[in-house]
Amino acid sequence: MSQDVEGQKVDAGKRKFLIAATSAFGGVAAAGVAVPLVMSMLPSARAKAAGAPVEVDISKVEPGMLLTAEWRGKPVWIVNRTPEMLALLGKHDDKLVDPKSEMPQQPDYCKNATRSIKPEYLVAVGICTHLGCSPTYRKDIGAADLGADWPGGFFCPCHGSRFDLAARVFKGVPAPTNLVIPPHQYVTDAKLLIGVDSPKDHSLQGS
Amino acid sequence: MAAMEKLMGWIDDRFPLTATYKAHLSEYYAPKNFNFWYFFGSLALLVLVLQIVTGIFLTMNYKPDSELAFASVEYIMRDVDWGWLIRYMHSTGASMFFVVVYLHMFRGLMYGSYRKPRELIWIFGVLIYLALMAEAFLGYLLPWGQMSFWGAQVIVNLFAAVPFIGDDLSIWIRGDYVISDATLNRFFAFHVIALPLVLLALVAVHLVALHEVGSNNPDGVEIKKNKDPKTGIPLDGIPFHPYYTVKDIVGVIVFLMVFSAIVFFGPEMGGYFLEANNFIPADPLKTPPHIAPLWYFTPFYAILRAVPPMFGSQFPGVVAMGLSIVLLFFLPWLDRGKVKSIRYRGPIYKAFLAAFIVSFVGLGYLGLLPSTPVATIFAQVFSVIYFLFFLLMPWYTSIDKTKPEPERVTG
Repeated sequence: MSQDVEGQKVDAGKRKFLIAATSAFGGVAAAGVAVPLVMSMLPSARAKAAGAPVEVDISKVEPGMLLTAEWRGKPVWIVNRTPEMLALLGKHDDKLVDPKSEMPQQPDYCKNATRSIKPEYLVAVGICTHLGCSPTYRKDIGAADLGADWPGGFFCPCHGSRFDLAARVFKGVPAPTNLVIPPHQYVTDAKLLIGVDSPKDHSLQGS
Repeated sequence: MAAMEKLMGWIDDRFPLTATYKAHLSEYYAPKNFNFWYFFGSLALLVLVLQIVTGIFLTMNYKPDSELAFASVEYIMRDVDWGWLIRYMHSTGASMFFVVVYLHMFRGLMYGSYRKPRELIWIFGVLIYLALMAEAFLGYLLPWGQMSFWGAQVIVNLFAAVPFIGDDLSIWIRGDYVISDATLNRFFAFHVIALPLVLLALVAVHLVALHEVGSNNPDGVEIKKNKDPKTGIPLDGIPFHPYYTVKDIVGVIVFLMVFSAIVFFGPEMGGYFLEANNFIPADPLKTPPHIAPLWYFTPFYAILRAVPPMFGSQFPGVVAMGLSIVLLFFLPWLDRGKVKSIRYRGPIYKAFLAAFIVSFVGLGYLGLLPSTPVATIFAQVFSVIYFLFFLLMPWYTSIDKTKPEPERVTG
């Protein structure tokens, strides 16, 4: 592979190899430097630590009312469902995408007909599973704009997704899955702890 | 005078000043038949400069901090001398940038300016358009109003729809699990330095490529085919300076009249340039009753909403929206027409182009409205037409009955 250039012997194969090797190592070095830059955009240690559980006093949530708490920067709803609301829950399973809560959108202890620990209290993350808007609480049964068969629930203003009062998504709307039920636990009857599966886990936070 | 020539000679020995001036202005020969549609390239350049200058002065008083951002914008509006004018120029400039860029792109579509040998000019142009959309989106978070917050929430969540890596990707973009101070701070960095640099570089290569091959014209015929045998100058070309600089100044004056009228008399443009909900500070717990993106994004937003979820995922809608822009890159190769300009195209192309315009404007309108079942059906029909315009293009442009192109430019 050698050739003569201006009377000097040049090893073209060696040149090619050296150029390729230099370029390859240069590329590796550039990629290596890019790693810390890309990693710096991940949530910082402080952002990760901010996910502490929150305690909510639910004694003042009257039947039919909704209370919004903030957990990890997201709205968490606590709805005190009336017996009439609960009675309507089982009557529209055929219109739901996931009536039996098969998809892992809730802790195991909420994989039941009401998607809750106590039937009357719904605790759900109020963020639409479509593109992250916060749906509006629409408890008015048969609301004019939502149709006569509206059983009460949540309506997302952004793209029209609908959820029932167990935060289960209806068919034919943009949201693909039920709303998320966060890990939560009752410390006392009036005190709800959002963010942990059982009071014992509380002390393990941050591990 | 001799001193001046001496100075120029001194510079030219060290930097190609005269040569550059000649190559790009006084001896850049542009077709003599430019019409109204040829104002928008230079106007886009003007708005770019306006945005950079007003943006620099806004950063002097703006605070990229979720606790302070909203109040700092109010501070600019009320307490900074002339701050309101600088901010309204910047917000009006954002919308007007898209007005001129859309008209500029439509010009390219009508006269086949993307065809050989101008494919790269078109591709650089689509990249500019993409960078501009990113720039507008990032900038919209900065005032930290309700629409800023929830708009960013929706758009960042589009990335979360990507299968497998989506969740991690959206967390990486936000730098947090929700839109937060970290997100605002990085969007600020991208908005004021990263993307403006990209935009300037793309504009530079767009112009270098244009001046390499020369401008197209409303007849879509190459003026370089007919050169004066003695001088080598195209017979239908005239020097850009002074002919088109003077013409463009007229365009600039009319544009600035419209621009000033908006800035002084209707900076919000009835909610289309500045949305009412954005005068409310961001509240992560409450979505406004109706959220719509700013008007220049609505056609793509309508396509996103028109696609129903499939297989328990909204990813298909995101793909359709992405594809609606990606298709633009392939336009030079999708078009098989014998002629470039609409003046010599046949009726089939004209019908498809008309349907495309109606669909694009229709989607833009629907994207502003809350979603209802009827609106969704319209959006689906328009989306299909939008895609068919591109996907059927190789077929209908090749069978279309075109008129013969003239040898030289007309009019």
